[in-house]
Amino acid sequence: MNLYDILGPVMVGPSSSHTAGAVRIGLITRRLLGDEPVKAHIDLAGSFAATGKGHGTDRALVAGLLGMQPDDTRIPDSLRLALERGMEVHFHEVQLTDAHPNTAVLHVETAQGRKLELQASSLGGGRIMVNKLDGIEVNFTGESPTLIVHNLDQPGHVAEVASMLSHKAVNIATLHLYRNRRGGYAVMVLETDQPVPEESVTWLSHLEGVMKVTYLNPTQEEDNGL
Amino acid sequence: MAFESMEEWIQYCRKQSVSAPEAVILEDIHDRGVTRAETWKQMAGMWSAMCQSDGEYDRTLISQSGLVGGAAGQMEDYIKTDHTLCGDMIGKVIMRALRLGESNACMKRIVAAPTAGACGVLPAVLITTAEAEKFSDEKMTEALFTAAGIGQIIASRAYIAGAMGGCQAEIGSASSMAAGALVYLKNGSPEQIADAAAIAMKNLLGLVCDPVAGLVEVPCVKRNVVGAINAMAAADMALAGIHSAVPADQVFDAMKEIGDQMNSSLRETAEGGLAATPAGRKVREKLTLH
Ligand code: SF4
Repeated sequence: MNLYDILGPVMVGPSSSHTAGAVRIGLITRRLLGDEPVKAHIDLAGSFAATGKGHGTDRALVAGLLGMQPDDTRIPDSLRLALERGMEVHFHEVQLTDAHPNTAVLHVETAQGRKLELQASSLGGGRIMVNKLDGIEVNFTGESPTLIVHNLDQPGHVAEVASMLSHKAVNIATLHLYRNRRGGYAVMVLETDQPVPEESVTWLSHLEGVMKVTYLNPTQEEDNGL
Repeated sequence: MAFESMEEWIQYCRKQSVSAPEAVILEDIHDRGVTRAETWKQMAGMWSAMCQSDGEYDRTLISQSGLVGGAAGQMEDYIKTDHTLCGDMIGKVIMRALRLGESNACMKRIVAAPTAGACGVLPAVLITTAEAEKFSDEKMTEALFTAAGIGQIIASRAYIAGAMGGCQAEIGSASSMAAGALVYLKNGSPEQIADAAAIAMKNLLGLVCDPVAGLVEVPCVKRNVVGAINAMAAADMALAGIHSAVPADQVFDAMKEIGDQMNSSLRETAEGGLAATPAGRKVREKLTLH
């Protein structure tokens, strides 16, 4: 572990997994959605459901959806702030089999009707793992720049993405491929060492057979949130 | 790679003729590819965040569950009576450990060190010592590098999460880190830093994680106090020249072994220990009704 996994993060209490990690799950959901959601249905599982209220997990997830970082002192107030901004929030307790004990599933929607479903778990120390994206199993932490390409499961897409990145001198750290069935719908998740330029993300999203491209920049500071 | 043993760290300090925190800084620069200025700024930021949390304590706050809040305020009033058993210095250490622990439970901003539950140990001893001895922010930042270096070794050999190793991994680790940092502040040698870290951890081995209703409140807030005072005592023993018969690295290994043997009901699941007492269960029942 690096020094600042030991000392840090600077965070709003009381729990790095149930509070700080939950803020990060909300924030990653917001960034992957690309905008502030106007609707959020949040399912809490395991210990997120059991002790979530006392740990402020509900408020932490919503704070992240509003664009707050884990050290934002307005986290305790997030439910009220969401209401003021017209964000409709509902919580449910669910049972998930084969999921990490601290897991949430967020169903979010923007004002334009763009939707995203994300399942993520909080691993401790404020670190998280995204486990499912729109129903497809993935695994990424959101700690490195992450490019997510949804495409039709047909030859050539991996090569297109890889050559575009090499052209932009972006090194691929990890690459994972997931699909619902052969010839169906596929998701490519790439973690990179350098940020991916915005025009490249746009270029990719216009390729034939590519349905959706999402890009997550962990160093992104401002995203017009609260 | 960061140091994986106190032994390796001490050898490095000897060979390169550098201080304990300097060795940690050099390793971090190497490890993460950052500049000295970057890591320094980040650590100095941790120090100022700790001081800020301490200063912003609000004695009127009560946690969401209603279990904790206000104790640091009571302690502050009591110290002012001049009738404490522990005296002013230790009285303030107790007060600050409670402040930070309660602030965390009340959703205020704190620095996880190494975890949120144990966030009061380091600030309690460090802020109080800085105040008493008029140490500069620079010196205190070096003390935090020392503490983090110890924490890294503990994390690589054992655990720093209650769910993995019980409370010895959280309050025990924080206390061990704090003891070493205090020895550094008082110009102790790297060997004395290791002795203090070893003694502090030994005293808390076996401590289980049994939070009432699964919340980071009871016993967490007050355990920060014991972690802090234990660190002061361990540091003073090491500075007096008292050795730990079992070297720090082996103490950390023992912590892992004990954690591995600890029943899961005593590792943050809130199924055993204080959480399973009649009083503990009652709190849980009351909270689930709401
Ligand atoms: S009892 Fe458990 S939750 Fe509380 S401080 Fe100790 S390790 Fe952390």
